Amino acid sequence: MKTLWNNYRYLFFRRVTQISLLVLYFGANAWGWKMLQGNLSSSVILGVIPMSDPFAAMQMLAAGAIMATNLLVGVTVVVVFYFLIGGRAFCSWVCPVNMVTDLANFSREKLGINKIQGIKQPASRKIRYWVLALSLIISALMGVTAFEFVSPISMVHRGIVFGLGFGWAAMLIIFLFDLFVLKNGWCGHICPLGGFYSLLGKFSLIRVQHYEENCTLCMKCKKVCPENHVLHMIGKESLPVLSGECTNCARCIEVCDDDALGFSIRNMAKNKKTGE
Amino acid sequence: MSLSRREFLKSSAAASAAAAVGMSVPAELEAAAVSAESGWRWDKAACRFCGTGCGIMMATKNGKIVAVKGDPAAPVNRGLNCIKGYFNAKIMYGADRLTQPLLRVDANGKFDKHGKFAPVSWKRAFDEMESHIKYALKKSGPEGVGVFASGQYTVMEGYAAQKMMKAGFRSNAIDPNARHCMASAVVGFYQTFGIDEPAGCYDDIELTDTVVSWGSNMAEMHPILWSRVTDRKLSDPDRVKVVNISTYRHRTSDLADMEIIFTPSSDLAIWNYVAHEIVYNHPEAIDWDFLKKNIVFAASPVNMGYGMRRKGEKSLTPVRPDGSAGKYSAKEMETINHEMVHRVSEAEAPALEPYGYKAGDDMVNKPAGLKHWEITFEEYKKFLAPYTVDYVAEVAKGDPDEDIEEFKKKLKYLASLYIEKGRKVVSFWTMGMNQHTRGTWVNTLSYNVHFMLNKQALPGSGAFSLTGQPSACGTAREVGTFCHRLPADMMVKSPKHRKITEKGWHIPYGTLNPVGNQHIMKIHRDIEDGVVKFAWVNVCNAYQDSASAKHWVKAARTMDNFIVTSDGYPGISAMVSDLVLPSAMIYEKWGAYGNAERRTQHWRQQVLPVGHAMSDTWQWVELSKRFTVNDLWGPYTLRNGKKLADVRAAAEKMGYSKDTTMFEILYANERAKKYKIDMDSFPQKGYDNSECNGDSRNVVGSDGKVFKGYGFMIHQYLFEEYASFGRGHGHDLADFVTYHKVRGLKWPVVDGKETQWRFNVKYDPYAAKAAAKNGRGSTHAFYGTLAKALKQGTLMGMDKKSKKKSLKDKAKIFARPYMQPPEIPDAEYDTWLCTGRVLEHWHSGTMTMRVPELYRAVPEALCYMHPQTAKDKGLKQGDLCWVESRRGKVKAHVETRGRNRPPRSLVFVPWFDEKVFINKVCLDATCPQSKQTDYKKCAVKIYKA
Amino acid sequence: MSENRPENKKKKQPLSDRRKFILGMARSVGLATLGGFVWSAYVDEVTAAELLLRPPGAIKEDDFLKTCIKCGLCVEACPYDTLLLAKPGDHKPLGTPYFVPRDMPCYMCPDIPCVPVCPTGALDESSVTTDGKLDINIADMGLAVVDEESCIAFWGIQCDACYRACPILGEAITIEYQQNKRTGKHAFMKPIVHSDACTGCGLCEKACVTEKPAIHILPREVAMGRAGDYYIKGWDKKDEQRLKNAKEIKTTTELSKRKASDKLNGDLLEGLY
Repeated sequence: MKTLWNNYRYLFFRRVTQISLLVLYFGANAWGWKMLQGNLSSSVILGVIPMSDPFAAMQMLAAGAIMATNLLVGVTVVVVFYFLIGGRAFCSWVCPVNMVTDLANFSREKLGINKIQGIKQPASRKIRYWVLALSLIISALMGVTAFEFVSPISMVHRGIVFGLGFGWAAMLIIFLFDLFVLKNGWCGHICPLGGFYSLLGKFSLIRVQHYEENCTLCMKCKKVCPENHVLHMIGKESLPVLSGECTNCARCIEVCDDDALGFSIRNMAKNKKTGE
Repeated sequence: MSLSRREFLKSSAAASAAAAVGMSVPAELEAAAVSAESGWRWDKAACRFCGTGCGIMMATKNGKIVAVKGDPAAPVNRGLNCIKGYFNAKIMYGADRLTQPLLRVDANGKFDKHGKFAPVSWKRAFDEMESHIKYALKKSGPEGVGVFASGQYTVMEGYAAQKMMKAGFRSNAIDPNARHCMASAVVGFYQTFGIDEPAGCYDDIELTDTVVSWGSNMAEMHPILWSRVTDRKLSDPDRVKVVNISTYRHRTSDLADMEIIFTPSSDLAIWNYVAHEIVYNHPEAIDWDFLKKNIVFAASPVNMGYGMRRKGEKSLTPVRPDGSAGKYSAKEMETINHEMVHRVSEAEAPALEPYGYKAGDDMVNKPAGLKHWEITFEEYKKFLAPYTVDYVAEVAKGDPDEDIEEFKKKLKYLASLYIEKGRKVVSFWTMGMNQHTRGTWVNTLSYNVHFMLNKQALPGSGAFSLTGQPSACGTAREVGTFCHRLPADMMVKSPKHRKITEKGWHIPYGTLNPVGNQHIMKIHRDIEDGVVKFAWVNVCNAYQDSASAKHWVKAARTMDNFIVTSDGYPGISAMVSDLVLPSAMIYEKWGAYGNAERRTQHWRQQVLPVGHAMSDTWQWVELSKRFTVNDLWGPYTLRNGKKLADVRAAAEKMGYSKDTTMFEILYANERAKKYKIDMDSFPQKGYDNSECNGDSRNVVGSDGKVFKGYGFMIHQYLFEEYASFGRGHGHDLADFVTYHKVRGLKWPVVDGKETQWRFNVKYDPYAAKAAAKNGRGSTHAFYGTLAKALKQGTLMGMDKKSKKKSLKDKAKIFARPYMQPPEIPDAEYDTWLCTGRVLEHWHSGTMTMRVPELYRAVPEALCYMHPQTAKDKGLKQGDLCWVESRRGKVKAHVETRGRNRPPRSLVFVPWFDEKVFINKVCLDATCPQSKQTDYKKCAVKIYKA
Repeated sequence: MSENRPENKKKKQPLSDRRKFILGMARSVGLATLGGFVWSAYVDEVTAAELLLRPPGAIKEDDFLKTCIKCGLCVEACPYDTLLLAKPGDHKPLGTPYFVPRDMPCYMCPDIPCVPVCPTGALDESSVTTDGKLDINIADMGLAVVDEESCIAFWGIQCDACYRACPILGEAITIEYQQNKRTGKHAFMKPIVHSDACTGCGLCEKACVTEKPAIHILPREVAMGRAGDYYIKGWDKKDEQRLKNAKEIKTTTELSKRKASDKLNGDLLEGLY
């Protein structure tokens, strides 16, 4: 039992966080709760502190919208927050799509699809940066916030808070895509929001640290990691995971039975080496 | 029927040409035009809703009504309708229509007052009614059996109910919701003219120069008449003036040249001000010749109370030290105590000074009845002295934000419109003047002004009471389904009238009960006092429509009684009941209504009723089968000690046996059977008749067998027998078959001709006859016969020693002062509450709230208030607020915009919405003379919910 | 994935890194362009719903689509469940707020709770503010349009349900009285919408008793025509105001598109005799 808890404790906390946030948002719309109103695009905590999606704000900027002060304050709050706790912490601790893609990944393992398709992935993880750039270009050309009109993240989240419509289809598509077409397809390859947070996460403070001296090279960590290329140092040297693409999901930490991985605060001065 | 194309063209051309000129088409010809348009059938009917009486045509297809159109041949509406009328086709087909009897039962299927409703057979329903009626008669005598009757009964239903109640059960505890609606007008007519119902007709609208609306939102409540007023205004905008006199601004102000917003109850002062202007400042305008020939002056007691419960009544006993009494809280008693003693206020003092009262005096109230006596013109003039423009403006200005000088100017302008020589004036009113603790008074005051100027009962001039309900006139009043009335203006109190009725009904002399005091509020109160043990709700919603509703609902649900509701839909009354009966609705039965201008209109059964529903006529007739001479006609002692004789022996002398049923005596008698079923000729040919023939539904009836019909034309019998009482007495109706050919006729119908202006020698054959006989050489003869001999007296009282003087063919001008209602806003309950209707919904909304379009348009009752009132109470537009009186509270959404704009001192909440049950809040004070509830004024506080 | 097959190895020269990079780039750019076009076409399609009614204070539709962050705060603020966020399948710009007056109109709250909560200014507080106070009566969500053929008041039926439902009755909707010559004694009471006062709240559309509403709200841009500013009503002083927008006039028609000299020197003359 203890091992079970040990091996899934962060996963548990992540699910609790993800679901609580959804409940709070839902309650705000359904029952007028004031804890957390709005949705992931923009929200207000306790009716006071604004938060806004910086990537949406960038698209607005590209589209040529006039930026309201309130929005800029909200963006700043979010940027500072994720700067502190790790950019892609959004992906693993907040984003509702994470639950869908994790399920896809779990099913993929169970159904043995990984074995059929082999380890080599047919697509580059860089696609997300292309999509990111394209979002901004289309926003600029069309004068609308381009990704926001197709974003399955907003679709799902809005759907849960305000009513789903055909939003379930978006979830299904992502699930099937991740299940049959590309492992970690959406979150690890395409999502431009993830891409954006990867860029932001390059500079964030909280990091996963590898302690090579404890490592038994069991490679469980690499197996569970949705962005396993960021763990290139496993068994090689004691380094923090410096890639912004790490989501701070802490799966690697909890599956490690040898205390070879843990959270740390990045030492800005000491380590200049990037995680690649 | 086969019709060649040529015939078809000819007949349809004739029909439309006739329609275009508004004349009636011979029915046979029209029937031909109708069936030629194969697939559906058109037939004429009357609109189900208000007292305007619009003619409509119903289209039926496969046994269902599928469409409606305004009847282009109907003189009232010429093919138009308001939006309620527009949806007549939809009112019968609500998803929750009652289709079978429902009884409260326990787990074993036995009646249980606290049980849940379960479907039962008609037989079981009548078994239960029979046993509970017998129980009620045993416990309380005839006074223990009550009926909440209706101004929406068809003529035949009302007549059937009246016969069984008054002749069968010997109970006068049958009173219609029309009591809430028209009673003050009725007593006003009786006291002034000696006969009920308006002198004029709708044609006045096209002929007048001035329309003054007193306490009537005609624009919403009588839309078709209002469109006629509008047309008149448009036809000569400079000459024609429209004035709206109300306690708040509403839609009728839109067209008005002037709007007067007055303080509730001060309409009395305004009428007397106009009279004061005439008598004191424009005596030259008085038509002395007319007055001398036709009018006497009269007065009546002023300390008559407010028609509330009185000290000593069972539910007001015991009085406790905290001020509460019996079933009434200390708060409620604050108001009810005025019934016994009223302290004269500063505002009332000048008006009551001629009666010997001054401010601060305790006026000891006594039930005054309808007593009045003749006074001199000088006394009347003395009475009018206080009503100067300054005094009246002081007490009457209803909008605190209006400048008093502006208000005085308006009063003067109003008086000048009435007085102007050659200017024709019509005064219309509805509930504002009727639902009034001095309703009878204010009704009579309206005639004063018209009489003095000789502007009454003339084409284009007259005071004209509009009715609210489709047959308040035709059924409730003319048939007499009131506790004190018999058909055709006869009274239960009058031995002569009882005798005429007993003769007409072929029942023994002495059968009819002479005590008729159980008006609708009294029935409620008697249920609360435990006297009435059986009550039946017919074609109304007595538990939603009565003020101080909590008391009545509680009494019905918690005391030893049996409440039955017959209805089309499950409303509040059904909810409160022990037994619910499914009633056939309007176009599912043969029927007739009478509108506000004395127009009687008939229709045929268009379709079969839904489910196992049967008409109220059928329900009454079936009930009568359960009671024999022996059951009902024994001796009784009434509450007041009066005895009803044992008439069983007399009955046997008439050829009835002890076991003869009321069915055989009252309904299926030899006279009735003369009206034959004749399915081969007009008007029965081609039309269903569920009561007479049974129908294809094969409803299992009250005896457990399939009901096959009575075998004679019961509708015609009931109508003709009822009509026989009025013929030759100024109430003449045409015969049954004629009404099926025409678009209604205004009674009296003499020599086949209807009457437009009664009492006018030129237009009314009865007036002409009376004038010829009395030889006064007047243009008018007010030939009504009630209260036409008076003693003399002064304002202070009647001279008991004086001799009664006949005033045959004359009418009366009454001295009746301004007084306030018993409950006026104070520091705690600081706002007036006025209730009423909206255009979209009819009464308690049981029908219109089931029409999706009307429901969508107005889904809930709002609390209309002044934006400043809202602000002062910390409310904003759309907030939920509590409206609380001493009696109860309801929640409603605040509306500070839109159709109704009250002054700061008043809020308006309509009563159609069972979810906003405003009658919990209203006060059951009534006019002590007419017993009509005042729904227009009580004191409330408003606060955020 | 066939580079291991021997015959290929023989025929093909190994690609240089530089070429690999350029080809890779080209492929990526190609794919991005392709995706970009599809994406743009989709966005263009879903944002082209011009019959959409926005919350009070919404800025011009073009700007609104740029500025609205689709957070739903306005939807949550609405006490009547009037505002909705476009869901997939609604065929409306996804995630943006709108309302359908027939289902639930705007009840015109005096404190306009939906507007101040907007974080981005897509709902512009200043556009619903008069003298420093919120004023819903100047909101412009759309304009009511009456279909005179299906409006039963134009048949003579006494309806005016829309008029009575109007929160600013007497201004946004007035009744035009007109004698009914057919009956000879009734009057038409026809609802007339005044575009200067109508806010497009849709209470009239909700209240309309016809099966499909005879009065309905359209975005003002769609509902209204526009007379040019080159003609001013001579009988209306206020109409002078439009002169402010008057521009320099230059006209071209099929007849006048050629220069005068070209025309005069052209070959038209021959045809004249």
